[in-house]
Amino acid sequence: MPLSEFLADLANPDLAFLPKALAVAVMSSIVCGVVGCHVVLRGMAFIGDAVAHAVFPGLAIAFVLQTSLVLGGATAGVVTAVLVALFSQNRRIGEDSIIGVLFVAAFALGIVVISQAPGYAGSLQQFLFGSITGIPDRDLYTVGLTGLGVLGVLLVLHQALVTVSLDRESARALGLRVLVLDVVLYVCVTLAVVISLQTIGNILVLALLVTPAATARLLTDRLGVMMLVSPLVGGLGSFVGVYLSWSYDLPVGGTIVLVLTGAFLAAWLFGPRHGLVAKVLPAVRVHLAQD
Amino acid sequence: MSGASAGGLSVRGVRVDLAGRTVLHDVDLAVAPGELVGLLGPNGAGKTTLLRAILGLVRPRAGRIELAGRRPGRRRHGAGYVPQGHEFAWDFPISVERAVLTGRIGRLGPVHRPGVADWLAAGDALERVGLAELRRRPVGELSGGQRQRVLVARALAVQPQVLLLDEPYTGLDLPTQELLARLFSELAAEGRAVLMTTHDLLGAVDGCSRLVLLNRTVVADGPPAALRDAEPWAATFGVSDRHPLLKLLEVL
Repeated sequence: MPLSEFLADLANPDLAFLPKALAVAVMSSIVCGVVGCHVVLRGMAFIGDAVAHAVFPGLAIAFVLQTSLVLGGATAGVVTAVLVALFSQNRRIGEDSIIGVLFVAAFALGIVVISQAPGYAGSLQQFLFGSITGIPDRDLYTVGLTGLGVLGVLLVLHQALVTVSLDRESARALGLRVLVLDVVLYVCVTLAVVISLQTIGNILVLALLVTPAATARLLTDRLGVMMLVSPLVGGLGSFVGVYLSWSYDLPVGGTIVLVLTGAFLAAWLFGPRHGLVAKVLPAVRVHLAQD
Repeated sequence: MSGASAGGLSVRGVRVDLAGRTVLHDVDLAVAPGELVGLLGPNGAGKTTLLRAILGLVRPRAGRIELAGRRPGRRRHGAGYVPQGHEFAWDFPISVERAVLTGRIGRLGPVHRPGVADWLAAGDALERVGLAELRRRPVGELSGGQRQRVLVARALAVQPQVLLLDEPYTGLDLPTQELLARLFSELAAEGRAVLMTTHDLLGAVDGCSRLVLLNRTVVADGPPAALRDAEPWAATFGVSDRHPLLKLLEVL
């Protein structure tokens, strides 16, 4: 399908769900792109995955009770994120183990809850793999406002979060409340995950959080640039993903993730300084010149 | 010890328990402005714990700590801290200058926007450690010695009267150690109270104005020339008085 036809479909009032899905996908991947920079730089990708699991019981309960999925997921995710931040201050058990215990338990709870709902199999699939249909108007606003809130918090706390990421102990010695900042960051990750879940699905949301940020990291050594490139990659990837998914009737979440993965591989191969080609090519040239 | 309260560091009768175990007891220690004091002891002697207590990161069960005449608080206390190099995330995409600027975070307003004074302080600190030329370089591209100097500059960015260095020579080659040792002597000579933990006994004997031997408590405290006896060294490090290390110290 040519792009013009896709744009026409976006404007078609009979297909009103399509622009909504696109808007939610792009907005959430922009937010994930920014939050993801912190996730990638702190090496907490595992936490992103865990949060995605943890929001599941909230979604399931909201689904059974017929209330807002975004609110339900956010509540469950935030509660578990705070629990992890608190538990992980105890250094005797590693953060990874605590996450392994709490978050998988949360996911299990979600599965048990949702099995009580009618039409269980279909809704489960929608939760796990995402869908472009059935996004209510009010979610559009919830996603937009939540996203803006998350970006605002990250902007205000930027310097503090960077200081903690660089060196926790010194940050503490400098008077920062490291625990509070950890909780705030986890909550931001949770919210970014929750607003992304509907289009991309529970299983794949980690890619939205990690892949654009990892791609941006390959392209630059400057945090400011990284935090612009990452949401750009995420937003564009989501647009292209929704377009391809619509054109070829592919599952939307999977398509977006594959597009983002393509961008990551391209950066890994052709990145300006650290890319494989940039590293190998001079060596090959030298080799040829010697011959 | 009156010199310490005027601007240096003073530790009196400090006891620290960690997880129900007494790690430090009856620690008395003072560092006056202008002094470079080496804090020596075996692994597990409580050196890092003492530094953390001085920084206010662990609360002593007993005793009193004063930094430039003030109790260690969470904010704006007068100590600059140089942690061990591995505490810092060197693969973070940040320039030298901005990494140093994070040392000012306790002095910034609620949204932590650095102002002119903060940039100037960071610039001065970089100038002081000789990294001004490299200030825009990503920290990941620096050598081991340059990285250590970034950490020192970050500590200096708050213009501290007391400087705490935790194992600053670990993993560095000898010329780099020598360069840093000179820097630390100069920083002390400029009127700062400098306390440094180190495993480099030889370097400490040579470069420090005073040595404190620590093993759970202060075993000996004095200028290197006064610590010629093998006995306190053997007691602190738990080795026999025939250990080759002690012979080396006797030669000096």
